[in-house]
Amino acid sequence: MTVASVRIRPKRVLPGFALSLGTTLLYVSVIILIPIIALVISGAGIGWDRFVRILTSARTLDALRVTVLAAAIATVINAFYGLLMAWVLTRYEFRGRAFLDAMMDIPFALPTAVAGLALTSLFASTGWFGGPLEAMGIQVVYALPGIIIAMTFTSVPFVVRAVQPVLEDLDPALEEAAKTLGATPWQTFSKVILPAILPAWLGGCTVSMARSMGEFGAVVFIAGNLPGKTEIASLLAFIRLQEYDYRGASVIALILLVFALLLLLISNLFQIRAARYREGGK
Amino acid sequence: MAIEIAQLRKSFGRNEVLKGIDIAVEDKELIALLGPSGSGKTTLLRIIAGLDWPDSGRLEVDGADWLSIAARDRRIGFVFQHYALFPHMSVRDNIAFGMTVRPRAERPGKAVIARKVTELLQFLQIPHLADRLPGQLSGGQRQRVALGRALAIDPRVLLLDEPFGALDAAVRRDLRSWLRSVHDASETTTIFVTHDQDEAFELADRVVIMGEGRIEQIGTADQIHDHPASPFVARFMGATIELPVRIAAGRATAPGIDTARIERRALPDGAATLFVRPADLTPVPDPAGLWRVKQVTSTGALLRPVLTGPEGQDIAVEILRRAAPNLSAGQSVTLRVETGTIFTETPPGQRGQAGQPSEINAIPLKEKQK
Repeated sequence: MTVASVRIRPKRVLPGFALSLGTTLLYVSVIILIPIIALVISGAGIGWDRFVRILTSARTLDALRVTVLAAAIATVINAFYGLLMAWVLTRYEFRGRAFLDAMMDIPFALPTAVAGLALTSLFASTGWFGGPLEAMGIQVVYALPGIIIAMTFTSVPFVVRAVQPVLEDLDPALEEAAKTLGATPWQTFSKVILPAILPAWLGGCTVSMARSMGEFGAVVFIAGNLPGKTEIASLLAFIRLQEYDYRGASVIALILLVFALLLLLISNLFQIRAARYREGGK
Repeated sequence: MAIEIAQLRKSFGRNEVLKGIDIAVEDKELIALLGPSGSGKTTLLRIIAGLDWPDSGRLEVDGADWLSIAARDRRIGFVFQHYALFPHMSVRDNIAFGMTVRPRAERPGKAVIARKVTELLQFLQIPHLADRLPGQLSGGQRQRVALGRALAIDPRVLLLDEPFGALDAAVRRDLRSWLRSVHDASETTTIFVTHDQDEAFELADRVVIMGEGRIEQIGTADQIHDHPASPFVARFMGATIELPVRIAAGRATAPGIDTARIERRALPDGAATLFVRPADLTPVPDPAGLWRVKQVTSTGALLRPVLTGPEGQDIAVEILRRAAPNLSAGQSVTLRVETGTIFTETPPGQRGQAGQPSEINAIPLKEKQK
């Protein structure tokens, strides 16, 4: 007697794998991938010489310099403030903690133009902060500090939300162990807590930096947009577009894209690193 | 180091977890804090470590007031229940941690630290694990590393919180005898917390039994087994059968029970309760006996007769089948008590609150138990 060999198809617990994956891929392609490819093609299509000429023009370089400088300073500020904020939210019980926690998401939810308007009116010479600051000789609006403040505002939740869950998961016994072994509070922080949260922290900082570099809405209101002084790269791309200089716009956009992808790559490397210790230690 | 604890109290909110603790631990002694969960044993250990602070009381180690010293200056070796190894450091770095965080002036040189860590790894029988991360170790291995890390600072006192709680039975037995040898070799005064009686009695020089924030008894395995100081300890040590008796001229009597083998005690006349282990009761066939055999089950080695008393109460006893009389259901028997403990604080028919000290049974806690 022979038994026909029938291939048995393994059944998945949830049906519809092909359909759901297909939908996801289509969505990713239409919304994310194709626009990026189009941008790369249009940026690359202008030829190397013109590309370099647009890139190295004084106005483009100035805009990139302002953008990177402001974003870097904003990221440094966010790194410290965001860490502190995450620390306060996870380590202490106090009235209004939940409210503060919810407030952290406002920069995510608020239209950036609204944020830009609010900040501008606060820091203008007639505003609550701007008046006293101007009296001290510090110009915020229509200057680099204004750009930095706008970037800080919109990107700080990235750091807080990256560090917070890792801090929450940290076993309090680790700190107690360090204490019983004779470590000072600073040694406990630098040798035990910081290494544990470092990958998440740096990951959050890089995403925050990426967001800062691309920030547009909040910055254009407060920056004043003086070419060569307070004009940021994404605004320059917008101006080029309005001048019907599509190529110029896509060159600048392409540069911003490269920066963003690099930062995302770095952020993901940090996350891989963070996963290394995750299973152990408890 | 000798540890002296007196009148230690601690509350968390309204919940009083330590209600006046007195213990004197001698130098180089190995002490077990034994008790059910919620008895305050871990809190007591954490107070000795400086991880919690009492509301009142004294804690002195070799005469020094430890309540005025921060945890990090006490130099205690604390082994956490879930080990709390630093996940990003290798085994070697974990063990070296306590030495590398010392102030620069006292810190041993790198070579000295490395040599000490190597010695400890040898001593703990884990030299092959030196470069692993904690995440790559088994529970028993982590336990050894945690102990190594605690021993590396030459602790004055070694404290272990449920050291074998998270391990499986075979590893547990191994580590138990190993911990005893580590203690004997390092000669460090050691206190460990456990809820496992076998572990406590096998390992410790003396066992401190805690119940609901109080010390119920301090003593060796034999002392506690033979002379439980309170109904709580008697129940905790397996004397689960409670028989109402009457005391007259120091002798306990009850209808249907042969108490001739129980010594006379200086107890006031009146009602009392006899606490007996199931194995310390022998049913003796007696046509005039007031107890009836309800049923008999056998495990091969042991007979487990269930007996019904004159007031209708059922008790299960245990006798070696080899030595057992012929028992069958419906038979009349007299219960012979081989040994037991009498407490007068629990009137018959009314269960005493476990852990409440009575005038008669409260032992002077600071008196050393021989």
